[in-house]
Amino acid sequence: MAEKSHGTGAHTGADGGHGGGFPPFESSTFASQLVSLAIAFVALYVIVSRFALPRVESVIDARQNAIEGDLAAAQKFKDESDAALKAYETELASARARAQAIGNETREKLNAAAEAERKALEDQLNAKLAAAEKQIAATRETAMSNVRGIAADAAGAIVQRLTGVLPDAKMVSKAVDASLKG
Amino acid sequence: MKIDPIHQFNIEPIFTIGHIGNHAIAFTNSSLYMFLSVAVISLLMIGGMSGRQLVPGRLQSIAEISYEFVASTIRSTAGAEGMKFFPLIFSLFMFICISNLIGIIPYTFTVSSHIIVTAALALLVFFTVLIYGLYKNGLKFFKIFVPHGVPIYILPLVMFIEILSFFLRPVSHSVRLFANMLAGHIALKVFAGFVAMLGVSLGAIGWIGGVLPLALTVALTALELLVAFLQAYVFAILTCIYLNDAIHPGH
Repeated sequence: MAEKSHGTGAHTGADGGHGGGFPPFESSTFASQLVSLAIAFVALYVIVSRFALPRVESVIDARQNAIEGDLAAAQKFKDESDAALKAYETELASARARAQAIGNETREKLNAAAEAERKALEDQLNAKLAAAEKQIAATRETAMSNVRGIAADAAGAIVQRLTGVLPDAKMVSKAVDASLKG
Repeated sequence: MKIDPIHQFNIEPIFTIGHIGNHAIAFTNSSLYMFLSVAVISLLMIGGMSGRQLVPGRLQSIAEISYEFVASTIRSTAGAEGMKFFPLIFSLFMFICISNLIGIIPYTFTVSSHIIVTAALALLVFFTVLIYGLYKNGLKFFKIFVPHGVPIYILPLVMFIEILSFFLRPVSHSVRLFANMLAGHIALKVFAGFVAMLGVSLGAIGWIGGVLPLALTVALTALELLVAFLQAYVFAILTCIYLNDAIHPGH
C-alpha cells in the first residue's frame, strides 16, 4: 500500500498489545478473527442465499421470459404475414387464370361469329355470281339466235339479188348453220 | 525514516466482545473489514437489484454478471448438481473478491492476508466436501482415492498419493490465497516505501529518482487488482472441483 512510515521507528508491529512478530502467525489473534469470520460469513451466506440470489434469479428469469415472449410474438406476426402473402399470391394467380379464361372465351366467340358472317357473305356472293352467270348465258343464247335469223335473212336477200331467185329457206338456214359452226 | 512492510497486517482490537475461557474475543480491524465486505456485497446484490429492470443499469449489471459468472463456473466444473452449492460458492467468491479489492485501497486491511482466515474458509470447503461426499455416496465416496485403470501393483502407491493430496487440499487451498495476498501487499509496500526513502535521503534528485518506484507501484497496483480477482476465482473454481469429487466420486 502507499501507506508510508506508519509505525514509528522503534517497534515493528508491536502495537495492539501483540508481541513483536509476524502478524499473520500470531496465534493470540486467531480466536477473535475466527469468531468475526464465522459471524460475517454466516451472515453473508444467509443474505446471499435468502435474499440476493433469489432476487437476481427472478430478474434474470423475468428477462428471459420477456425475451422469449417477444420472440414468440414476433414469430407469430411473421407467420401471419407469411400466410397473408401466400393468400394474396394464390388470389392473384386465380384471378390471372380467370382473366385468361375469359379472354380465351371471348376471343373464340368473336372468332366464331366472324367466321359465320364471312361464310354467309360468301354464300350470298356466290349465289349472286351464279345468277349473273346464268343471265349472261341466257343473253348470249338469245343474241346468238337473233344473229342466226339475221344471217339467214341476209343470206336469202343476197342470193336473191345475185341470182334473182328466191332460195329455199331450208337450204339457207342449213348453210348459215354450217357457216356459223365453221 | 523507517518503513515497515509488515505493519499493514497488524491486527488491532477496536473493542472487546467477550471472553472464551480466559481468551479475549475482540472486534478488530480485521472484523471491521469482514463486515464491510459483507455490507458491500449485500449493497451490490440487493441494492443493485432493487430496480429489477429488464435492461439493467450499471450496478444491476455487476450484480447479474457476478451471478452468471459464478453460476457458469459451477455448471462447467461441477455440473448442474453443483448448483446446490451455489450460495456457498457465491459467498466464498464474493467475500474473497470484495475483501481483496477493498484491501488494495491504501490504508485499508486485507482480510485474506491472514492464514487463519483462508484456512478457515479452506477447511469449510474441505469438510463440506467430506461430509456431503459421505452423506451422498456413502462408502463409494472413497472411490476418489482409487483411480480407474491403474495396474494393481502400483495401486497402493497411487492410493497413498491420492489420500495424501486429498488431505493436503485445504493446505494448498488456503496457503495459495494467503501467500498471494501477503506477498503482493508486501511488494506494493516496499516499492511505495522506496519513493519516500529516496526522497528523504537524496533530496531533489531522490524525488526525481522516485518516479521509477512510483511507476512500479502503479503497475503493481494494477497487477494486484488482477490478483485480487484471480485468487477469488481460483478459490471458487477449486471449491467447485473439490465439490465435483463429492458429487461424482467415480471419476
